[in-house]
Amino acid sequence: MSILVNKETRLLVQGITGSEGLFHTRQMVAYGTNVVAGVTPGKGGQWVDEKIPVFDSVKIAKEATGANTSIIFVPARFAADSIFEAADAGIPFIVCITEGIPVSDMMRVRNYIDQKNVRLLGPNCPGLLTPGEAKVGIIPGNIAIPGNVGIVSRSGTLTYEVLYALKQVGMGSSTTVGIGGDPVNGTNHIDVLRMFEDDPHTDKIVMIGEIGGSDEEKAAEFIATRMTKPVVGFIAGQTAPAGKRMGHAGAIVEGGEGTADAKIRALEAAGVKVARHPEEIPQLLK
Amino acid sequence: MKLHEYQSKLIFSRYGIPIPKGRVASTAGEARQIAEELGGRVVIKSQVLVGGRGKAGGIKVASDPAEAELLATQILSMEIKGLPVRKVLVDEAAAIDQEIYLGITNDRAAKKPVIMCSAAGGVEIEEVARTNPEKIIKVHVNPLLGIKDYQTRDIAAGIDLPREYWKSFGDILRGLWQAYMDNDATLAEINPLIISKDKRLVALDGKMLIDDNALFRRPELSELRDTDEDAPSEVEARKYGLTFIKLDGNIGCMVNGAGLAMASMDILKFFGGDPANFLDIGGGAGADKVAAAMRIILADPNVKAILFNIFGGITRCDEVARGILTAMAEVKPKVPMVVRLVGTNAEEGRAMLANANMITAETLADAAQKAVAAAKGA
Repeated sequence: MSILVNKETRLLVQGITGSEGLFHTRQMVAYGTNVVAGVTPGKGGQWVDEKIPVFDSVKIAKEATGANTSIIFVPARFAADSIFEAADAGIPFIVCITEGIPVSDMMRVRNYIDQKNVRLLGPNCPGLLTPGEAKVGIIPGNIAIPGNVGIVSRSGTLTYEVLYALKQVGMGSSTTVGIGGDPVNGTNHIDVLRMFEDDPHTDKIVMIGEIGGSDEEKAAEFIATRMTKPVVGFIAGQTAPAGKRMGHAGAIVEGGEGTADAKIRALEAAGVKVARHPEEIPQLLK
Repeated sequence: MKLHEYQSKLIFSRYGIPIPKGRVASTAGEARQIAEELGGRVVIKSQVLVGGRGKAGGIKVASDPAEAELLATQILSMEIKGLPVRKVLVDEAAAIDQEIYLGITNDRAAKKPVIMCSAAGGVEIEEVARTNPEKIIKVHVNPLLGIKDYQTRDIAAGIDLPREYWKSFGDILRGLWQAYMDNDATLAEINPLIISKDKRLVALDGKMLIDDNALFRRPELSELRDTDEDAPSEVEARKYGLTFIKLDGNIGCMVNGAGLAMASMDILKFFGGDPANFLDIGGGAGADKVAAAMRIILADPNVKAILFNIFGGITRCDEVARGILTAMAEVKPKVPMVVRLVGTNAEEGRAMLANANMITAETLADAAQKAVAAAKGA
């Protein structure tokens, strides 16, 4: 079992005919995800691999196929518009993979969708994977097996590393959720922790954070006061210099805030076992 | 991306914010000429992208054009915190009655821009936050609505600004807000905003940071980029779309993904090593990008070993291996190299590197320990 995506997911791909959209659509279909529609403005009426109909707009695609989740693979300069389009079409769950969206666009998006009943995951994220059921994003399917560990992470490949290490010792994941590395995003650590706490098929949780912002500190407070399930943590960026953006737009220590040390201390104070490196995580889960 | 003071103030002035009369100069002769045009006392201000210019002696007052030339000569030959002074701003000197701090930045947690204002201006806002946090007024602005007039009045009242200045303060704040939004800034700061002896509000200093992700739609701002504060290797890496940050250690790192790149640096430190750089080759990097990354790493004479940690997803391990081989043929590296390939096409990648005289590793911990040992010459 799982959170957010499963066998009931009816997925729509925005930007399905672009090179990344097409490549990952095929990967998701091969994994068994139910991809019901694609959207590329101006290419309505075409078909992808003779199986997936392409529409001109999200609204038409949703009416025609009953899509209930959208994934966005469009370039950064058009991505905010794609999120607005999906939200206005009434898609309740939107996953945005795109990296490099201006933060002012994301602030407008966030303030807009907060008034609607819409959940956004990302942007600048690898999406999510419910092993054995659905892959909505770019997490390689073959590195994870079904299990009872819920994973939430701000990173992409670092999450793969953790999934792979778990698989080596026979441990699997209920759902793995990449919330993305941008400073303003749709879903944060606490949102996902709350879902895992309520999910009967998740018994343990891995939370992967990194420098920048205060999301992990807030999550620590949530864990201490609201969670009953054990959480293992990892924070990347202990050796990162202050004032430099470490690849992710949100990974920066500014004015002494957002350091790895502060986050690790907050998590440990909340009773979270914090791994010293990613491959220690499976052992701490036992 | 950081803008210089003179660039920031020029933008502010286009939005109706009063700034002192003045211009930027690259030579002492130009500085003298500007001082002559302005007449009276002038301030010579070094234009470098670091704080603490005043304390470092990079801001001086001249009482006549001859002194302006002399001071400009001195300041233009300075280095401030390692950065050469290439330009000075020559501004008319202001008679100051009061100094105010006024800035806009993004509040990540609130998902909104926040206006910060304080009657205790002229010092860094972080300093005020530490010593007198109650003296900072913070007001969030809904980016969909923009700033409202009542908010400008609330802020003016909040810092006990005399009522006679409320209207001009409101105009300045609305201008600053518009400059912030129109230029995709992540910081727009006037510090100090002064009340002059002749009872005018003037932006004496200005600072702007621009969102790198938005530069595609602000080509006129991209041209203002000053790369002095970046290491040459970082500038070179940017050309290839690589995110590279130079560090002080001796183990070069090549990793795909920002989080994994940070974790790889951290684990080197954990096992007693010291990373020479942060490098994310990004998703789906081809052989040419990998080769460029390797040349940049090897250009650092401190590098005693290299760690390659590639977790193939979109990135194919065989492509990375091809890049490594291309670069090796070209640069003939003499340092030991530890490579770990996992995920998409890892088998093929490993086979390609089998005869390349590299140290291989299965796990991240194993790879890190081998890299640390190699850098120590073990």
